[in-house]
Amino acid sequence: MSNCRVILMLFFTSTYSFHVLGNSIEVCKSCQFTTIKQALGHANAHDTIRVYKGIYEEYNLEVNKPMVMLGINVPTIDGKEQGTIINITADSVVIDGFQIENVGLSYTKDYAAIHVYKSRHFNIKNNILKKVFFGLLIEKSHDGQVRNNEVSSDAKEEFNSGNGIHLWHCSNIEVTGNTLFRLRDGIYFEFVSESTISHNVSYNNVRYGLHFMFSNNDNYYDNEFHDNGAGVAVMFSKFINMKRNKFYQNWGTASFGLLLKEIYDAEIENNIFEENTIGIHIEGSTRINYVHNQFNQNGWAVKFAGGCYANVFYQNNFISNSFDVSYNSKLNDNRFEENYWSSYTGYDLNKDDIGDVPYRPVKLFSYVVNRTPESIVLLRSLFIDILNFSEKVSPVFTPDNLIDDSPKMKAFND
Amino acid sequence: MFKILQYSFYDLIRSRWSYVYFLFYLVLGLALLFLNNSVSKSVITLMNIIIVLTPMIGTIFGVMYFYSSREFTELLLAQPIKRTTIFIGQYLGVSLSLSLSLVLGLGIPFTIYGLWQSSELANFGLLLASGTFLTFIFVAISANIALLNENRIKGFGYAILIWLFLAVIYDGLFLISLVVFEDYPLDKLALVATALNPIDLSRILILLKLDISALLGYTGAVFQKFFGTNAGMIVSFFILLVWTLIPTLFIRRIAVKKDF
Repeated sequence: MSNCRVILMLFFTSTYSFHVLGNSIEVCKSCQFTTIKQALGHANAHDTIRVYKGIYEEYNLEVNKPMVMLGINVPTIDGKEQGTIINITADSVVIDGFQIENVGLSYTKDYAAIHVYKSRHFNIKNNILKKVFFGLLIEKSHDGQVRNNEVSSDAKEEFNSGNGIHLWHCSNIEVTGNTLFRLRDGIYFEFVSESTISHNVSYNNVRYGLHFMFSNNDNYYDNEFHDNGAGVAVMFSKFINMKRNKFYQNWGTASFGLLLKEIYDAEIENNIFEENTIGIHIEGSTRINYVHNQFNQNGWAVKFAGGCYANVFYQNNFISNSFDVSYNSKLNDNRFEENYWSSYTGYDLNKDDIGDVPYRPVKLFSYVVNRTPESIVLLRSLFIDILNFSEKVSPVFTPDNLIDDSPKMKAFND
Repeated sequence: MFKILQYSFYDLIRSRWSYVYFLFYLVLGLALLFLNNSVSKSVITLMNIIIVLTPMIGTIFGVMYFYSSREFTELLLAQPIKRTTIFIGQYLGVSLSLSLSLVLGLGIPFTIYGLWQSSELANFGLLLASGTFLTFIFVAISANIALLNENRIKGFGYAILIWLFLAVIYDGLFLISLVVFEDYPLDKLALVATALNPIDLSRILILLKLDISALLGYTGAVFQKFFGTNAGMIVSFFILLVWTLIPTLFIRRIAVKKDF
């Protein structure tokens, strides 16, 4: 009886695996197929194409059946700047272990190293994409994975460069462990929902490290964004989680760590904002909880630009920022509680680690700068220090309810 | 003139005040580097101190020296020496000894900390250069005041007032005018107003060289376009030079006319 069972099981597993994996087709200089295009033409659904090390000068490779494309020892596909290199229009496609380069630039078409269109269950992993226009362009696709790819280009200006990982009208996509640099936007999301972006590193991009619009219910964990032209921009989205991300060294006159515009119901926790011109720029964003974030040595740690309601800052560290909080109106509907402010000078008589004097994070000078931006040239002059001090002693101009009633005496350690 | 300069200079660098001033910068430099552990961060902190302190010390020290050496000056005047030589010599003696305290006091700790290998060398040089300029400018102004006022108390008062005006009140008026005229384009005004005050000019020159310049935004870009270029640098040093030369020429004029 047990023998019978084993045989039955073997039978089923073998037919099943045969069905899924299909045949294996090999591509190399001395194989039956010397180009990937030939191999794709002969492949049936669920075949595996194994491409061996070498340089393949090909573009417009149509992948229209479910299949696995496996690069052995990182073969190079050189597009010779002719346009899109791999075009995926089928479900269940795996692309693994290729180096794809020289996509070529167009002002009318979105050429990409890998273009995915209306596909489900795709998996693009361990590829190196170099000198791309768009790296991965994924449209109207669902339930896919993009893992451990390295995408780079030599972008210098916004108008003639493309994005690293560009998703449009997608859902349930996992973008994990990718490295993106010298592109226009590292990662770009538009109309993408229920997706996760985690463990990516995006740096030295011309515009944004991460840019997403109209993308609801997404999670962003453990990413690093640094030295990008304008930091990270998050706009017109709802129900977002951003946790344990690092935003640093985004210095420049138009640079942010994180730009929030029209964001509702987000959780921003345990992120680090370090040495950015503006740590977080908040505009028209409501019901956002900022918890346990670290703001170190930014120009402005948090800059409100109006229309922000019911935001809560709870237990964040504000350390050595030129301005902790900048606020542009006299009305305040946001709460600051139990944060640590390095410029807090109050005392704690009952030793409960909470300062006995409320802290006012908005300095008079930041109020003046908001009104008259030119006055920023007086930054770090003695007069401004005196001015801030006198306002601190008796506040007149800054919103009187914008205070942290329970400032912590010690910084939080994460 | 060189003899007088030499005499004033040696007299001063032997005096206690020069040592105190030198030691102050030495300790300051060491403490900053010890606490910040990075040359670039220390340069920023140092800027705040230098911008306020060098003009103040220059003013007070200059006035003090010219009043206290009055008897010696009268003795010199009895000798067959040109008046300009005496006063300019004294002026240069004071300025040089103060500048030396500044440059050595900060130079030594930063050199120990590996300034020469650091990328901040140019910024540090700029910091010391503007500190030196400010010393020369404010000693010259205080020399004028000391020569014009027989009454020491009055002289001290005026000197402190001038320092206070340029270091604090000027910025206040500047800020008020920016706020009052906020409906107009103010970049040019800000540029000119900054260039006219040696303290503001030094502050902006150093700020623009540091990371923090990104905070200055659009206005900063206008400033960067002007001061950031080599031409702008030359223009600003020229302005600082003019700021030094005009009071010096005044010393000459007063020295020639003054009735002792």
